[in-house]
Amino acid sequence: MKHRDGKNVLKEDGVAKTGDPVSSAVAEPEAGGERHEPHEPPREHLPSKLFEKSKQVHNKRIDGRFRRFKWAMMLVTLAIYYVTPWIRWDRGPYAPDQAVLIDLANRRFYMFGIEIWPHEFYFIAGLLIMAGLGLFLVTSAVGRAWCGYACPQTVWTDLFQHVDRLVDGDRNARIRLDAAPWGPKKAAKRGFKWSLYLAISFVTGGAWILYFADAPTLFGNFFAGEAPPVAYITVAILTFTTFALGGFMREQVCIYMCPWPRIQTAMLDEKSLVVTYKDWRGEPRGSVKKAQKDPEHFGDCIDCNLCVAVCPTGIDIREGPQIGCITCALCIDACDKVMADIGRPRGLIDYATLDDCEREARGEEPRPIWKTLLRPRTIAYFLIWGSIGLALLFALGVRSHTELTASPDRNPPFMLMSDGSVRNSYTLRLRNMESRPRDMEIAVEGLPGALMWSDTIRRDDAAASQTVTVAADQIETVRAYVVVPEGTPAQDFAFRVTSLDEQRETDTAEARFSAPGDE
Amino acid sequence: MVNKRIDEATGTETVGHEWDGIEELDTPMPRWWLWIFYATIAWSVVYVVLYPAWPMVEKATGGVLGWSSRGQLAEEMSAAELAQAGVRERLSRIPIERLPDDSALMAQAVAGGAAAFKVNCVQCHGSGAAGSQTLGYPNLNDDAWLWGGDLRAIEYTLVHGIRQAGHEQTRTSLMPAFTGVFAPEQMDALVDHVLSLSGKAESGPVGAQIFADNCALCHGPQGGGSREIGAPRLNDAIWLRGGSREAIARQVVDPKMGMMPRWGERLDPVTIKMLAAYVHSLGGGEDFLEVAENPAVQVDETP
Repeated sequence: MKHRDGKNVLKEDGVAKTGDPVSSAVAEPEAGGERHEPHEPPREHLPSKLFEKSKQVHNKRIDGRFRRFKWAMMLVTLAIYYVTPWIRWDRGPYAPDQAVLIDLANRRFYMFGIEIWPHEFYFIAGLLIMAGLGLFLVTSAVGRAWCGYACPQTVWTDLFQHVDRLVDGDRNARIRLDAAPWGPKKAAKRGFKWSLYLAISFVTGGAWILYFADAPTLFGNFFAGEAPPVAYITVAILTFTTFALGGFMREQVCIYMCPWPRIQTAMLDEKSLVVTYKDWRGEPRGSVKKAQKDPEHFGDCIDCNLCVAVCPTGIDIREGPQIGCITCALCIDACDKVMADIGRPRGLIDYATLDDCEREARGEEPRPIWKTLLRPRTIAYFLIWGSIGLALLFALGVRSHTELTASPDRNPPFMLMSDGSVRNSYTLRLRNMESRPRDMEIAVEGLPGALMWSDTIRRDDAAASQTVTVAADQIETVRAYVVVPEGTPAQDFAFRVTSLDEQRETDTAEARFSAPGDE
Repeated sequence: MVNKRIDEATGTETVGHEWDGIEELDTPMPRWWLWIFYATIAWSVVYVVLYPAWPMVEKATGGVLGWSSRGQLAEEMSAAELAQAGVRERLSRIPIERLPDDSALMAQAVAGGAAAFKVNCVQCHGSGAAGSQTLGYPNLNDDAWLWGGDLRAIEYTLVHGIRQAGHEQTRTSLMPAFTGVFAPEQMDALVDHVLSLSGKAESGPVGAQIFADNCALCHGPQGGGSREIGAPRLNDAIWLRGGSREAIARQVVDPKMGMMPRWGERLDPVTIKMLAAYVHSLGGGEDFLEVAENPAVQVDETP
């Protein structure tokens, strides 16, 4: 780490120098004088710096309950991502057997027992609204838990940081290697590390495309060079983005690119769980030796900087809640370990609401955790979130798998036949959302004397109702001709479709019959 | 009023403006942002070299890849043609009488015919193929056919046209003009008889006699018409040039007869086949009667 005055200062973890100013990765000025302290008068000479080099974060390994939880979350999220496309789900001979499949070519979305058609996209919209409200709910209840544990950027950054640790060693070794001049050893290490990055990135991008086609087939085709070009392009793009965002951009994504921290900044309040440094307990900071000499003056924080060293985004939590803090709680693990080592109570850095911090500072008992979780705001979010979910489930349960639309030919609107009768033509679309072929009956309702035939049914067989076979999971387009006897006036009527199976699903489509003299 | 200063809480410079006590921090941009900006500049240079970009007096610089939007269109058109080649090949081999048996191919032929119809036929028959009674262009949607409404008859009409002078196989016939032949009361009686054929008026012996003497030879004793010579049916509800007394009388005195180009000399056989399929599909198409007896029946597709 290059210090402002040009000296190379290596902060050894756990034994940092007191008085060393600790700055966040975001705002640490690299040139232009010392940090401006509040008590100093305003400066005359201003540093002019338009761009700032991002500081490499070398976070130290730490073990603890939150780290273990993070491991579990990483395992679960990665397992979901990589395993899901391989789960099979039997839907009969007419539909794919992949449990989760986004079939863009055929415009179907399969999710276990649910099949969504493009016209039912409101289900997806509803899911997205639920996801948004879910983030609101989680944020108001447990703060930035999404950022800390479940966000793909967090999970992959964590993964890549473990690769760093595996190849280059822990924090100090990495800092030293970073500062070391380029040589064969460094080049070999970097090459090995970046090829591991690349391998992870490729596997990440490769798994993504499996959601869009039959996974085993695509997997085979991909390596045989027979997959469609879009598969290779997608994998290449996602490999590149994973390599760049996970391998190098990391916390820069959270701080500069992602809109969510900004939104959360507006959503967090004094009752939200955040990772907090309890300054009333920790300040003023002082080393163990100093504190032993003058126990009255110094707080619990021994300024060991371990909380900074373990932070994956390179911030100092003791400066308070900030946009760079993803609340991964690794600093809590670090501080708890140090507090245990020096025999002070844990929780100098802890998950707490800002309200509770004030309460504790005044010597009062913190509110029980359920009171933090159950308050009007979280309950309201949960109720809205839950009712949207229930409404979607209800809509899914009652939706019909048979639908009919009718559009009349407008040019010409009606046709005089040689026997004086009048014919209208309609384009009917019969939608069969079952994964099996079904016979459906189309009937003309409310049009006396009407006979119907179609482009596939001969005129000699014209009748008031016709039966059409609709292929599995398809829309059958029928060009229907409806003829009425001479003298029938123009009027409204309806087509009714009825599935000829035990379900007897039915749907109607309103239509207008045009005739000579129709206005 | 610029008053730059260092913000105390963050140690960051302000931009120097103040709005009711609110100031803005001049946080430095991350350096990689700058690199991306440079990368876009570098890319723009690459783009200018590769693609048409720089406007000159006549036209823009070409770019070393030689790409052009016209060229892309031509490529896509030839790709589409290539994609259709299989269908056209199958269509060229199947006799039109057998086309309805292959419903998938028939559907493709109808779709192709619809496209060709919009280019070649709508000028007279209208975009909905409803024709025009004023101008005497037949309606192709109904079940009245002057020269026959099965696929083969339609194809023949398309290939050879109607009343094309100098072409032997064209469909042709001539209705004589009865100018000054009938006295006004005779004409009234004749029109009454013509209308009576479809039940629209009472006929008398005078009109019936005139019809039998002058018209029945072509239009048939009951007004059933003749497809052999394209004589319209007079006993149905459909009138090619209007069903009013005046329109009928005018057609007797000064008959108008339609013409149609022989498309066989302009369009390829496959397009004509598709057009026939489309016209047949409009709702009035008739079945073949002779196919069942003679499956090998062939049609002359050359003009």
